[in-house]
Amino acid sequence: MTSFWSWWVILLTVITLVGLWWILFANRKRDVGENQRTTGHVYDGIEEYDNPLPAWWFYLFVITLVWAIGYLIMYPGMGNYKGLLGWTQVEQHQAEVAEAEARYSEMRSRYLAQPIEEIAQDPAVRRMGARMFGNECAQCHGADGKGRYGFPNLTDDDWLWGGSPEAIKATLINGRQAAMPAWGQILGDSGIAQATEYVLSLNGRSVDEAQAAKGKEIFASYCAACHGPDGKGNKAFGAPNLTNGIWLYGGTREQIAHSLRAGRNGVMPAFSDTLTEDKIHIIAAYVYSLSH
Amino acid sequence: MKHEIVETNTGIMIIFIIIAISFGTLVELVPLIAGKQVKEPVEGLEPLSALELEGRDIYIREGCNNCHSQMIRPLRAETERYGHYSVAGEFVYDHPFLWGSKRTGPDLARVGERYSDDWHRAHLYNPRDVVPESNMPAYPWLFDNSIDGERISQKMRTLRKLGVPYTDADIEGAPAAVEGKQEIDAVVAYLQQLGTLIQTRR
Repeated sequence: MTSFWSWWVILLTVITLVGLWWILFANRKRDVGENQRTTGHVYDGIEEYDNPLPAWWFYLFVITLVWAIGYLIMYPGMGNYKGLLGWTQVEQHQAEVAEAEARYSEMRSRYLAQPIEEIAQDPAVRRMGARMFGNECAQCHGADGKGRYGFPNLTDDDWLWGGSPEAIKATLINGRQAAMPAWGQILGDSGIAQATEYVLSLNGRSVDEAQAAKGKEIFASYCAACHGPDGKGNKAFGAPNLTNGIWLYGGTREQIAHSLRAGRNGVMPAFSDTLTEDKIHIIAAYVYSLSH
Repeated sequence: MKHEIVETNTGIMIIFIIIAISFGTLVELVPLIAGKQVKEPVEGLEPLSALELEGRDIYIREGCNNCHSQMIRPLRAETERYGHYSVAGEFVYDHPFLWGSKRTGPDLARVGERYSDDWHRAHLYNPRDVVPESNMPAYPWLFDNSIDGERISQKMRTLRKLGVPYTDADIEGAPAAVEGKQEIDAVVAYLQQLGTLIQTRR
């Protein structure tokens, strides 16, 4: 604030306080009893007394004015004047955070050196992890970690990017970006139908054998690079296993065909910029514990 | 002046009332309006792109700000959950600001890049598809309506008058930038940039 505006604030605040004080005392009446007067207002024979303010009310007003003066001396309010306490909102926040860090960071960081498999069995870690999971992960993976359409279930032992402690932690830190291309233009409607038929046959579902045989060729040239020649997936690309009946985007004939046509590009956000490593370590342990 | 004169003359009373109630505005608002400290943009702040601006207008149209605030207060309980507290410089191009005053849903000031685009699309189509406990309404029509780019340049010109530094190229290119987009694209684009300039690890 420039000194002009600082003085503007100071002056107007002082005028307000002095003005209120003046209005309060200038209009004060003390006489009661015999000198009791009415305001002169009469309605249907009902008159209005002009009595002094009740003492409790008057002194309460005085106390608020005195309080205001004390407040403006102790706290910032008068323009650029910082107040005797030197209080600021930002410093109060920093102090709160520092106090919490002092209390909780040791509680978390002692786990950092321990392997995720071990601490995943620790009830304290699970409790902390569940809280953090609720705030950071549950929106997509569900409060129970079972996932939803398009967002993987973390409680089973089918993993897109790997379910080892290291893989889970890497997923949390760096995020993941799946890249299944859209094949609609390349394969055409008949190609999509054939490939769908083959994917269904991988799951032992009753299919048109002739179509599936054509689909197998398509699969070998277009799909096997990521999903593997046997369709069992590849965790390096986050390519799902297509043979176990677990479907991230639905397993009906239409849904599989749609995934083939339009492609799938699931994103797991990276948390390295928003969460400290000790928290990520605990969340990783919690996620690991969901399936172990 | 006798009290009675004030009480029996409406005109004089109006003037005194206006003087009395203007002190708060004069002390708390006028110095901020005249001064610089709340008008300095934070580093890297860019005006909303054409698509994001359309998204913002849909955000207003659907009343998102009635249930979602965009203002993280400097309290640990909030910064722990949402990220760094909001600062004035993040809002200098917001006309109107969308701080909101009620949180039926969570604060959105730093929702940008927190979820994937797919999540936002699924969530806006039907929130219960991804968050079964949610009581947020569904907005399926965002997927049907396409954006009418007719007035986007006009909107940007108006915002420029209010101090948002759109260039002529921004304004001329705006209709093409929103051409063929659906409303959902715009809303997601708007949401994904919210609060991304200030990131802290917590």
